[in-house]
Amino acid sequence: MRATQSGQRRIRRHQRALMREWLMERLLLACGLLSIVTTAGILFVLASESFAFFSEVGLSRFLFDTQWTPLFVDKHFGIWPLLSGTLLTSAIAITVALPFGLFAAIYLSELAPERVRRGLKPALELLAGVPTIVYGYFALVFLTPLLQTLVPGLAGFNALSPGIIMGIMIIPMISSLSEDALYAVPHSLREAALALGAGKLQTIFRIVLPSAFSGVAAACVLAASRAIGETMIVAIAAGQQPRFTLDPRVPIETMTAYIVQIGLGDTPTGTLEYKTIFAVGTSLFVITFAANALAQRLTKRFKETV
Amino acid sequence: MHTTTFPRSTIQSSFLTATLCVAACGAKEPSNSGTPEKTSAAAEPIAVDGSSTVFPITEAVAEEFQKTGKGRVTIGVSGTGGGFKKLCKGEIALSGASRPIKPTEVEVCKQNGIDYIELPVAYDGLAIVVNPRADWVDHMTVAELEQLWEPEAQDKVKQWSQVRDGWPAKELHLFGAGVDSGTYDYFTQAIVGKEHASRGDFTSSEDDNVLVQGISTDPLALGFFGFAYYVNNKDKLKIVPVDDGRDDNGKGPIAPSLETISDGTYQPLSRPVFVYVAAKAAQRLEVQAFVEFYLTQGARLAKEVGYVPLPENAYALARSRFKANKFGSVFGGEGSKVGVTVEALLAKE
Repeated sequence: MRATQSGQRRIRRHQRALMREWLMERLLLACGLLSIVTTAGILFVLASESFAFFSEVGLSRFLFDTQWTPLFVDKHFGIWPLLSGTLLTSAIAITVALPFGLFAAIYLSELAPERVRRGLKPALELLAGVPTIVYGYFALVFLTPLLQTLVPGLAGFNALSPGIIMGIMIIPMISSLSEDALYAVPHSLREAALALGAGKLQTIFRIVLPSAFSGVAAACVLAASRAIGETMIVAIAAGQQPRFTLDPRVPIETMTAYIVQIGLGDTPTGTLEYKTIFAVGTSLFVITFAANALAQRLTKRFKETV
Repeated sequence: MHTTTFPRSTIQSSFLTATLCVAACGAKEPSNSGTPEKTSAAAEPIAVDGSSTVFPITEAVAEEFQKTGKGRVTIGVSGTGGGFKKLCKGEIALSGASRPIKPTEVEVCKQNGIDYIELPVAYDGLAIVVNPRADWVDHMTVAELEQLWEPEAQDKVKQWSQVRDGWPAKELHLFGAGVDSGTYDYFTQAIVGKEHASRGDFTSSEDDNVLVQGISTDPLALGFFGFAYYVNNKDKLKIVPVDDGRDDNGKGPIAPSLETISDGTYQPLSRPVFVYVAAKAAQRLEVQAFVEFYLTQGARLAKEVGYVPLPENAYALARSRFKANKFGSVFGGEGSKVGVTVEALLAKE
């Protein structure tokens, strides 16, 4: 009698556990789906509003005009001024971040004693935690005046200063991801190189770095995509004038800064001016999506080679 | 003794803040709260939005008004056009405007059944400024300004030398009030001859502080914005006297100053600025108190922040207009009018 009772109790407990497990699974699934649904929703809004824009303006006016003046009487919808602004600031950022980030990664992975590594890595990653509005004002009120004493003809709003600051912001991305890639190179390769008589630096630059190349490249692409999407720094320090130029000294406007400008103003919803921000947003999305896809492929190749 | 959040001597509100909350939002009644006839400060705040040009005056007035404990005021800055959009939707009580209401806006207000009372609060000049290091600029004519800013100049007039022979063959960086601002509307009306028509390749911002920052740090810059913003940043900017080519209202190039703006010689870039009060909001006691305060203290405060106050009888007329609930605009709802002097404004009242 007592035995069957305890048996039933055990079965009930088991059922409850199963039930709980089922619930948890569904809950986790819902969490996973949430991000997918959100992405799909964003895609849908971007696509439908951009479609409305392009059916009114036409793709060729968007791609082959070199002026961007949708708010004014003589309307032009060429994306190039905004695109050149975005690419210019991002290129400056990568130029700054790549050497610093990569050498920091090499030091951390290959040369630094374990104790230093454990302290230095989180310290470096702090850079990524600084709010971008702080970086923006830092560029505007500190770095720009400083650079003006060095660079002749540097305007108060320019691409150079926010570009450099963006570079500093993405150093931890490059260093951290590259360091992971370098660290993942099997120790046997280093030992083999050293055994063959290679020096420390020779081993690093001829053996370890080439082996980790695709991982490092993926880090760069991801960092670049972060720079392309960065908004606050360029909105504050780069200016608000769409200008088709690669001169880093003059005021420019990036794609993100344009979206901010329209978002802050009082452009009525549904107008063509309003739809421009979705066209720009879609372009931005396509660029960063392509960059991320590239990075993913590179990472995969890296995992295969190692 | 009082809790002031920002000093009004420097118009240095932060760049990207759209809405500013004056005097610590939760400002309670000052210590002398033993006067029971005051309306409670806990009443719904008075929502003000609109022109960035009128903002410094409204800000100064609101700051002092709140010290009386008769109500709280929140002020947004979304440009004259943006302010009218909100006013005509019934979202705000007062809207600052640096030009009279336009036909399209009149229409929207009508559709939504919103009436409004127009009150002139000060006179303002529109300043043309360059960087202090631009030593070649001594003055400009209206014709030169037109040739520089008209829509046809877009992507064509890009160097100083194209504006006047003898000026350097260096790139020209233009800055101007954003397309939602009444300042932009007025400038285009006065200089180009058509409201809302200008070139598009310049740095345009609704936030005048962005323009000040851009021009003060760029030797090749030229821009325009409300005179008060120049007054508050005199040491960083150089004013450009403007010659309108007419001798009957002052010969030669004339720089804006409190005198030249009020005596009508700084033309065509002087204009009255307004606040528009929603008729429904005008029924609220705290709004009545605020408007009354605005039209009595506004003259002194406007001068303090760099505007030209209207003559005392103009404020008296505006007060009676408000008390009598006179709806509509004395300008017939046609938007920017160039050459409205103080006398002309009074004659319309």
